[in-house]
Amino acid sequence: MEIRFKLNGKPAQAEVSGDTVLYDLLRELGCYSVKCGCETTNCGLCTVWVNGKSRLSCSILAASIEGQEITTLEGVQKEAEEFGRFLAEEGAEQCGFCSPGFIMNVLAMIRELSNPTLEEMKEYLAGNLCRCTGYMGQMRAIQKYMEMKKEA
Amino acid sequence: MSHSYVNKAIPKVDYKALVTGKAVYTDDLAAKDCLFVKVLRSPHAHALIQEIDTTRAQMVPGIECVLTYKDCPDKRFTMAGQTYPEPSPYDRLILDQRVRFVGDAVAIVAGYGKEAVNKALKMIKVKYEVLEPILDFRKAKDNPILVHPEDNWKSLCPVGADNKRNLCAHDTCSEGDVDEVINNCEYVVDQVYHTKANQQSMMETFRTYTYMDAYGRLNVISSTQVPFHVRRILANALDISKAKIRVIKPRIGGGFGAKQTVVSEVYPALVTWKTGKAAKMIYTREESLIASSPRHEMEVHVRIGADKDGIIQGIDMYTLSNTGAFGEHGPTTVGLSGHKSIPLYGNAKAFRFTYDVVYTNVMSAGAYRGYGATQGLFALESAVNELAEKMQMDPVKLREKNMVREGQVMPAYYGETANSCALDRCMARAKEMMDWDNKYPCRDMGNGKVRGVGVAMAMQGSGISSVDTAAVAIKVNDDGVYSLMIGATDMGTGCDTILAQMAAECLDCSIDDIIVHGVDTDSSPYDTGSYASSTTYVTGMAVVRTCEVLRDKIALKGAEYLGCSVDDVDFDGEKVVNIQTGESISRKEIGNRVMCANQDTLFASEAFTSPVSPPPYMVGMAEVEVDKETGELELIDYVAVVDCGTVVNPNLARIQTEGGLAQGIGMAMYEDVVYNAKGKNYSNSFMQYKIPSRLDVGTIRVEFESSYEPTGPFGAKSIGEIVINTPSPAIASAVNHAVGVKVRELPITAEKVFFGMQK
Amino acid sequence: MLTINHYVKAKTLEEAYQLNQARNSRIMGGMMWMRLGNTRIQTIIDLSDLELDQIEETEDTFRIGAMCTLRQLELHEGLRSVFGNGISECVRHIVGIQFRNQATVGGSIFGRFGFSDVLTALLALDASVELYHSGTVRLSEFIKQKRDNDILVSVIIEKKASCFRYNSVRQTKTDFPVLACGVAKYEEDGKETWYFSIGARPMKADLVKKQWEILPDISEEKTREYAKEVASKFVYGSNMRGSAKYRQYLAEVLISRQIRSIITEGK
Repeated sequence: MEIRFKLNGKPAQAEVSGDTVLYDLLRELGCYSVKCGCETTNCGLCTVWVNGKSRLSCSILAASIEGQEITTLEGVQKEAEEFGRFLAEEGAEQCGFCSPGFIMNVLAMIRELSNPTLEEMKEYLAGNLCRCTGYMGQMRAIQKYMEMKKEA
Repeated sequence: MSHSYVNKAIPKVDYKALVTGKAVYTDDLAAKDCLFVKVLRSPHAHALIQEIDTTRAQMVPGIECVLTYKDCPDKRFTMAGQTYPEPSPYDRLILDQRVRFVGDAVAIVAGYGKEAVNKALKMIKVKYEVLEPILDFRKAKDNPILVHPEDNWKSLCPVGADNKRNLCAHDTCSEGDVDEVINNCEYVVDQVYHTKANQQSMMETFRTYTYMDAYGRLNVISSTQVPFHVRRILANALDISKAKIRVIKPRIGGGFGAKQTVVSEVYPALVTWKTGKAAKMIYTREESLIASSPRHEMEVHVRIGADKDGIIQGIDMYTLSNTGAFGEHGPTTVGLSGHKSIPLYGNAKAFRFTYDVVYTNVMSAGAYRGYGATQGLFALESAVNELAEKMQMDPVKLREKNMVREGQVMPAYYGETANSCALDRCMARAKEMMDWDNKYPCRDMGNGKVRGVGVAMAMQGSGISSVDTAAVAIKVNDDGVYSLMIGATDMGTGCDTILAQMAAECLDCSIDDIIVHGVDTDSSPYDTGSYASSTTYVTGMAVVRTCEVLRDKIALKGAEYLGCSVDDVDFDGEKVVNIQTGESISRKEIGNRVMCANQDTLFASEAFTSPVSPPPYMVGMAEVEVDKETGELELIDYVAVVDCGTVVNPNLARIQTEGGLAQGIGMAMYEDVVYNAKGKNYSNSFMQYKIPSRLDVGTIRVEFESSYEPTGPFGAKSIGEIVINTPSPAIASAVNHAVGVKVRELPITAEKVFFGMQK
Repeated sequence: MLTINHYVKAKTLEEAYQLNQARNSRIMGGMMWMRLGNTRIQTIIDLSDLELDQIEETEDTFRIGAMCTLRQLELHEGLRSVFGNGISECVRHIVGIQFRNQATVGGSIFGRFGFSDVLTALLALDASVELYHSGTVRLSEFIKQKRDNDILVSVIIEKKASCFRYNSVRQTKTDFPVLACGVAKYEEDGKETWYFSIGARPMKADLVKKQWEILPDISEEKTREYAKEVASKFVYGSNMRGSAKYRQYLAEVLISRQIRSIITEGK
């Protein structure tokens, strides 16, 4: 079946079958930032926004996104680079494989929560696994980034 | 000494691509229209294939080929990424008639599209003769059931292997009469400790893309830590010339040792070699959890004795290691369980270390950060903590009395001398950070919860002495820009960056003038690969040496262009100056001039290997809160102080430490590979194999206390592996201090603590 | 591997119901669990155009549409003000925000999963389910019924419970529970009545009711006796996350803590 939707602000269309998942479709459409780390909805690597909300693209049927707005890291490059610099200054991007999904959820968190505590941030981001960093450097990066945003 | 780049927190040279999600990993680079490769896996832990019928599977539209053991060379090899001749036995075929664990490869299917391949997999008919498996590693040695009865099984090195006894390795070594020394001790601890298999769980699973190039050569893009070993292993597996293979390492989504074994490469390589067509194999997470290369399960029996003053006199260790169905890294990991734990105690008069490594019918083990030291240190550090308790002595004090000191000879560490060792300072600082004296042994929080603290020490090596070899090459390009060519493999750790930092330091140039890129066996200089904590130390020294030679060459060329003797010039990194006249020529100009009418290449390549493997040292301290009713435990705070010599990049070293600690915390508290009675692996997804989330690691605080390693680059030693070693013993001891329960089998779960409290 | 031949976004509940009568039809929830199965589905029916993603509050009930996400439950102020933190507590440990933005209440309940926190909580709250064909059924009855081709339209929670608590024991913080426990207190026929639900036993949640008048000055020991009695009424099993024996003990501890919490802190 054919679906039409918005991908990173631009109209998109694709031919999909009943069981095509959004993750596969997005990579096919060139959104290589979207990664898969587990296939069982546990890792958060495939996080994209559907109508502005973080969701797991590995378990969304592509057919169901007709008319919706999908955003991947390719659609928020400026912000990704801005926050990414903070991450890199902690050395906390490491292998980088979980970075796109993580950054998507960090940016969603910044939009959703105002002045969150460290605990609230950790809970918000708990679905984003990372095996390299032990998480501390990621949290330092977020705190410094939010501090900068506040001052700006 | 002050440096421009060394000991500076430089962001990684490849960070921008990573944080903006660019297509830089193996699967991103594979051609969209390549063959998709999958493996049919055995449902039995031990069986012989009697009949295998692939006719119907081959007829599925889109299927290119279905391969069975009949299509594979009958020449055994090992998948362990080690220097030739590998200590790991040659016990593998790409596909074998005998399957040895649930998940072992039975057939390879390649086709266009996942759907076609999945369909074909279901249509392969296999008739198995099901055999009794060996699932308990304590019963494997000399069991009449043999995991490897075959005659062409081969061990290349004298590691004590004997396939007719299910032995992958055996050895014993000692100094002094340990039995007598321990018998004369006032205090003795005699206990058995059990560590489980753990999964490295890097976020990018195993994956490989293969294609033929214009020269009829097999090109392999693979997520690997060991590109040069991959070349050799594939040549062995396919029984073809090494000249026919090229291996390229792109960006890698983590390795932690997993990718020191050739897990996914052979399957698409065989397909491409047979069909001439491009192919890729992307392991699912399930495959990565059931047919990969986890940590060796080990049972370690420790006897340790101290005199009445608390001086440790003798240590006796016996390790039984479970290598699973194949021997990858079996003979070598086990050695570290003793050789990288016993030397921590510098006063011991005698030691003995014996081990057996056995085959069983579970998935093969492999290399995982810490590589046996982790298992041995859980055992020995736990025993030392029990010894302290027996003596009613603070475990920190007991260690202060006994720890190895700078300048001491370490008999159990191949007789090496501790030339750089700040373990004493690490302990002092950790104690302050944890406020140990106020918190030891525990505090009742008044709400049904108690907080206990625990301590552990660790060591590791820096490369494999007299084995690991790294070559580095640097060439001067237009405008005097350098290309730094390395064979060491950055897997996210940042070695491309720290090696560039060292080069910029040695060449007195901006780091922006140094080009680094991934590894290509056709053009990169040889490097054993990034494992065994070798890159900073071994490859780092090769960078230092190469830079020295290159500087001389640049000076010589500069002198020629300036028309003076090389004795009269000085190269300051930016320009070659005639110190007599003050006349100079810039590096940029030299770089451009050598591209015209020139017979000398501005290129240098040097190699390095070390007769020693200087250990980094560290102290870890855990504060754990235990619920007295349910046994639930929560890590509150983890403090680590590390001596890795000079810290080349403080941010990257800190992340290595925090990341390694988090993995160690996972091992201590959550992670377990569980099999059922028939050998089926239950821990086959991230739903069942639980690695810690950011809510599970408490607060991790890291500091460095640097010694200066005279044989290392800028005084540096390694950092990558040691950091995983302390959490298990420190957390176990913290739990014991909180509620008096000693958990000697990992992971330390609430249920184990609970039933411990009932006793 | 899951295969799906047709995807249909239903325009009416009746259309969805008709489509769902075919043997290989399935209603789509959040696709969290169904995707992991090895099922061949002829037609998958998406209810997302049917406005079932609302939580409606009236004077004495909440009506939670089947397509509401777990995240909606977690953040709903009405549920929080009536039942305290128990509702958000029962979902906030489930995997992560992205998961909870997607997993649906309908999917969680219709699946009758053993590990379900949501089921455990709603059972203690004596919720009902509204089925398109069969009408409204008590949740405690519904979970005993065999799966059929009806459609779960919404979950209804009456504002009957005067106090509600939810707690679970987990290995990692976002794992399935080792044990889950919901406790609610009611006035029934003029008598103080306690609903105890235990989930992840590891079998699906079950409910025990007790007409007990528990006085505020009850001793720790006596509370524990009550808890022990309740905990012994459930059947437990062993799996990777815990043994039956440990689970029963945990049930006792969690029930006892929740009784005490309700008695000492009230709502």
